[in-house]
Amino acid sequence: MALMDKHALIERNATLLLVGSFLVVTIGGIVEIAPLFYLENTIEKVEGMRPYSPLELAGRNIYIREGCYLCHSQMIRPFRDEVERYGHYSLAAESMYDHPFQWGSKRTGPDLARVGDRYSNEWHVQHLTDPRSVVPESIMPRYAFLKTVPLSPKGFSTQLVANIDVGVPYTQEMIDNAEVDLVAQANPNADTSALTKRYPKAKTGDFDGNPQQVSEMDALVAYLQMLGTLVDFSTYDEAAGYR
Amino acid sequence: MRYGAEIAWMSLATFLALLGAGFAADAPFRAHMWVLFAVLAIGTIVLLRNVSFEPEQPVDQSAYMDGPIRYGAIATVFWAVVGLLVGVVIALQLAFPDLNLEPWFNFGRMRPLHTSAVIFAFGGNALIATSFYVVQRTCRARLFGGNLAWYVFWGYQLFIVMAATGYLLGITQSREYAEPEWYIDLFLTVVWVAYLTVFLGTILKRKEPHIYVANWFYLSFIVTIAMLHVVNNLAVPASFVGSKSYSLFSGVQDALTQWWYGHNAVGFFLTAGFLGMMYYFIPKQVNRPVYSYRLSIIHFWSLIFMYIWAGPHHLHYTALPDWAQTLGMVFSIMLWMPSWGGMINGLMTLSGAWDKLRTDPIVRMMVTAVAFYGMATFEGPMMSIKAVNSLSHYTDWTIGHVHSGALGWNGLISFGAVYFMVPRLWNRERLYSVRMVNWHFWLATLGIVIYAASMWVSGIMQGLMWREYDEQGFLVYSFAESVAAMHPYYVMRAFGGALYLSGVVIMAWNIFMTIRGHQREEVPTTGTAPALQPAE
Amino acid sequence: METYTAMRHFADSWGLLGMTVFFVGVVLFTLRPGSKTHADAAARIPFEDDKP
Repeated sequence: MALMDKHALIERNATLLLVGSFLVVTIGGIVEIAPLFYLENTIEKVEGMRPYSPLELAGRNIYIREGCYLCHSQMIRPFRDEVERYGHYSLAAESMYDHPFQWGSKRTGPDLARVGDRYSNEWHVQHLTDPRSVVPESIMPRYAFLKTVPLSPKGFSTQLVANIDVGVPYTQEMIDNAEVDLVAQANPNADTSALTKRYPKAKTGDFDGNPQQVSEMDALVAYLQMLGTLVDFSTYDEAAGYR
Repeated sequence: MRYGAEIAWMSLATFLALLGAGFAADAPFRAHMWVLFAVLAIGTIVLLRNVSFEPEQPVDQSAYMDGPIRYGAIATVFWAVVGLLVGVVIALQLAFPDLNLEPWFNFGRMRPLHTSAVIFAFGGNALIATSFYVVQRTCRARLFGGNLAWYVFWGYQLFIVMAATGYLLGITQSREYAEPEWYIDLFLTVVWVAYLTVFLGTILKRKEPHIYVANWFYLSFIVTIAMLHVVNNLAVPASFVGSKSYSLFSGVQDALTQWWYGHNAVGFFLTAGFLGMMYYFIPKQVNRPVYSYRLSIIHFWSLIFMYIWAGPHHLHYTALPDWAQTLGMVFSIMLWMPSWGGMINGLMTLSGAWDKLRTDPIVRMMVTAVAFYGMATFEGPMMSIKAVNSLSHYTDWTIGHVHSGALGWNGLISFGAVYFMVPRLWNRERLYSVRMVNWHFWLATLGIVIYAASMWVSGIMQGLMWREYDEQGFLVYSFAESVAAMHPYYVMRAFGGALYLSGVVIMAWNIFMTIRGHQREEVPTTGTAPALQPAE
Repeated sequence: METYTAMRHFADSWGLLGMTVFFVGVVLFTLRPGSKTHADAAARIPFEDDKP
């Protein structure tokens, strides 16, 4: 029975074992992940999505740095209670410019996918500085230090360039103005008409209560205030988005 | 000259770290390069102090290379204490938030430190040490590559130190269990290729014609982790002297790539590798061959084939397309079968020697590990059913599930392997104390039960509170009320974790004294020497 | 959409059948009568580790 000794071949040949087990473990990943890149209906057609403004991107990087995603999801599931608590369920299109995604896996704190426009800037600053002063039950750490750390605009355009490399459609104009935009968005006296044209719906003005300086607090609050506010749901076709 | 080339390479790396600190594009990167500089400089000084110009002694090629395994066993115990201690600290932070010390010791920076320390530092060292131990003894061949095995050991420790200090400095990719940034990922890739070279090289030069099944599991763990690590960490750095990079994929594709990685870090790092341990150390400790070798072959192929599909169950009801979620759920449920096949194979190895459960605390520890493996691999498929997941996802139930697997299965089987290896590696007649193993076992088991039970209750309670409506159709609880309700369970969880940690501290002392060559004078554990009964 | 539908139909008919047949084949092959002595010998490898 020559065929019957074939598994013995694998059992005795290390290279064959290596290649065989490697092939076996690649199948699942290829079948599941690869189609997501070319099936057109993976990402719904929506209006309003745009790349992050420089200040929002800086805030997002702080959000990642502090590990906010470990306790806060950004992914509202299509359940009655979640939609009533947090807003419209999340669409794939809403994280199409997120490198990396921030869906999260745990809700030690509430979902933040649509936290934008829900609270005032002052509330956010107070809450980040001392969470229990506004929510007595909160177990969130304090982030008072963010207000004291200045945010340097120098060289920030490299962050946008790296995003272009991974596929985010920043324009040359956006890159040229990255450092100016970063400061202007948090400056209550700046002319932001060009900025809001580049980044529609961007919130401008002083965020952290200190107009003299652009701090990490400004950036983080600017990011939180835009979360979930971009997509225009009045034009969204729910049936076409189902997949 | 001994260490000549090593010193040259280390000095060059130290200099490069200094350059990195000098030209750093951002403050965290600068601080991180100073850490790297300090670590490498200390390493170089230690090497310099050990330089010897004596002609090198020829290595005895007929003996096993156990040096890196001895270091690995010590590192396993050390990182277990560190990782579990951080775990208890962050558990207490959730119960008492004033324990957060901003910015470096806030929960968000400490949690990756805990997960990486227990999975990669403790678990990884246990895997590397045991795989080197097992592959030599089942191939009857000395480790391949000479000092490459030492490079694997020290390179891996450097990876751990850089990852851990990076988290506290705020250097993270935010990919769970793959948080280290691009330059640490690149370094780990090099170390991992060296690990594969040593392991595969040893198999290739074996004297035993057959490759024992434990080595299959180890090999597939090494290869698959290499694939997962490379694909999941594809990213473009903003600067080559900066810490920040942007993931190559975005949104939904990024999410599935991450959880394809994340779930198979569980499947291959925490399962396949540790099954390799099970298939060697349980037969050795009970002195009986594995129950069914043919079942282990089926176990191997079906487990590695099915595990890789299960990732989407981490993304149920998200913006991931439904077809991918369904596929992930189906394979997760099917995965129950090979998992339990393996569990039965491990447990039944004891058939005919069940009395050892009573007499040998190390066997008891290993068998309990396999039992927890069985429980976790039943709970997992259940939680991957979409209806169950809609309740359990985002809650502490997931945390409880992970810990019954990690503390119960990975922890206990590693402790069993360490207790088995240490007396043999240092040529000791026996452990310092078998009674202390017994104490360790009971503290650990009690700790896991308290941990898992409190997380079940808090998790299910959270899920139910979030979705509870009153008769007028309003949500009953605010989110903050659900947070407040968790407090007692978070305190209990910290207590359970502390019990588990105390067991590991006892193990550390036991191992330390065993290595020092002491034997504790003690009454043998129950049943080892049955008292003679007078005839009636 | 076309490719997606076609692949889906293939996956839940022939693909499923092929995988099932392959799996059953692997199990039967592994448990074939002749493999027992071979497997029992392999299972004893951990107990012959005295010298490299």
